[in-house]
Amino acid sequence: MYFLKLIVRNALRHRLRSGLTALGIVVAILAFGVLRTVVDAWYAGAAAASATRLVTRNAISLVFPLPLTYMGKIRQIDGVKSVSHANWFGGVYITEKNFFPQFAVQAQSYFALYPEFVVDPGQMREFLRDRKGAIVGRKLATTYGFKPGDQVSLRGTIFPGNWEFVVRGIYDGAEAKTDTSQFFFHWNYLNETMIKLAPRRANTVGVYVVGLTSADRAAAVTAAIDATFRNSLAETLTETEQAFQLGFVSMTEAIVVAIKIVSFLVIFIIMAVMANTMAMTARERTAEYATLKALGFGPLALAAMIFGESLAIAGAGGLIGVVLTFPVAERFAAEMGSLFPVFNVGRETVAMQVAAALLVGAVAACLPALRAARIRIAEGLRNVG
Amino acid sequence: MSNTAQPVVEISDLVKSYRRGEQIVPVLTGITFDIAAGDFVALMGPSGSGKSTLLNMIAGIDKPDSGSLRVAGTDITALSEAGLADWRSRNVGFIFQFYNLLPVLTAFENIELPLLLTDLSARERGEHVAAALSMMGLTDRSDHYPSELSGGQQQRVAIARAIITDPTILVADEPTGDLDRVSAAEILNLIERLNRELGKTVIMVTHDPQAASKAHTVRHLEKGELSAG
Repeated sequence: MYFLKLIVRNALRHRLRSGLTALGIVVAILAFGVLRTVVDAWYAGAAAASATRLVTRNAISLVFPLPLTYMGKIRQIDGVKSVSHANWFGGVYITEKNFFPQFAVQAQSYFALYPEFVVDPGQMREFLRDRKGAIVGRKLATTYGFKPGDQVSLRGTIFPGNWEFVVRGIYDGAEAKTDTSQFFFHWNYLNETMIKLAPRRANTVGVYVVGLTSADRAAAVTAAIDATFRNSLAETLTETEQAFQLGFVSMTEAIVVAIKIVSFLVIFIIMAVMANTMAMTARERTAEYATLKALGFGPLALAAMIFGESLAIAGAGGLIGVVLTFPVAERFAAEMGSLFPVFNVGRETVAMQVAAALLVGAVAACLPALRAARIRIAEGLRNVG
Repeated sequence: MSNTAQPVVEISDLVKSYRRGEQIVPVLTGITFDIAAGDFVALMGPSGSGKSTLLNMIAGIDKPDSGSLRVAGTDITALSEAGLADWRSRNVGFIFQFYNLLPVLTAFENIELPLLLTDLSARERGEHVAAALSMMGLTDRSDHYPSELSGGQQQRVAIARAIITDPTILVADEPTGDLDRVSAAEILNLIERLNRELGKTVIMVTHDPQAASKAHTVRHLEKGELSAG
């Protein structure tokens, strides 16, 4: 208790210096937390992927579709529980900056494969009944104010024309990591329109989503699907949903690496600032440390005092930084719109923030503690007056 | 003071030098003398004569190059750093010229500091500190920080801190050097009282002949050697 009191009072001795150092730590830990959350958001799709889902696409490129006829063949493969399909629509809502993902899906089988998309049964019935119906995610609905019954018009880019939809339901995520920024509508609506406008593009799908009987069948089913369509006009490439998602991340890997580097650089800089503060503090207290040693206190007691003070300043700054991360991340996510479908401050991020703050405090105290331990009492006492 | 009392400090052929760049500067060149238990010794001499160095070695905060130094029955030249720290906490009370109080601790807490190295409970420590504060006439200043006390009061807190563990010897390095005449006289009277009433062995470095006049024995150092006092 006595030493705790001494540590706290020492930490508050130069309030301006300690306050500015703690403020620096607040900013650094906050920036670290937000940047780590950005990195997590980048991987959110992969993190939310199910081990029992595979994605089959055209082996040449995702740009090229697959025939609808593959569906029946895939369903017959041993280990396949269910199959659905989706087409990336790529429409524009009012202006290009209003970006959000839109998929034309085979509704019943698709939502059966994604139990994490939670829809009110009544709204789902309405959606299934309406050929132009759409289901939108909660985040998307909040961003654009969509509610059931609203008409939404999308201007097609991949599929030309103006496409009219009626919002019939809003889905929520079963977990925090579930992406609720998507827009789903009936593939039949897309296909029927394409039969009229561009018959050669009809009856094709972007990707098949394959549900497995169990996760350990993934490798065998993957191989079986691709073997089935080998040497066909549209060979397939099947991979786990996670690998499929990571494929998108890898396209922007350099950005992710840069963000990671910057996040650690921020911590390194504040570590240098904190170390300077503690070095100045220890230098000013040379005579006090010499006095304590003269009275019989050992190097460990001095080190404990210095570490305690450094950890108290870094801990206080870190704690405020962690607390502020949540509202700042929320604000950041709102500003980013649907660029980051999932933007949650994860437990791992908080743990890393706490660890970073403690590391800053501990590293900053090392050299001053070593110097204090080595002070020669007679010399140290001469620093008074 | 009786010269027949058992010596508490036995110094024999003590040598100490410092290195200043390439140069070796001798500070003490073969000092030999004893200090009897309960004595009040003043070490005098011009600046650089080695009196503070000698005091530091008796107090166990500096080590001689050679020679023998027994204090309170222990050959302190043979002790390790940790051993010396432990020995100091039990045997030496320090009174510094500039008081050396911790500014973030109150008078009470500063006096309590050395007791943290003992097995006393918080309640027992409190009782000891209260008694020391009373002896120094500082009971009403218990919760004051050093910056809220006068020089004389700060030195009294430092003296209370020095005696709180009931050490064998009290070492005082220019204890009145930073005080006005009135406060200096008060502090000297207090140190004299500790010697007379509690039987504390006091070794004091001073430039001030008036301070030295309080001592029973005055030792003069000149260029690292004892001269006749």
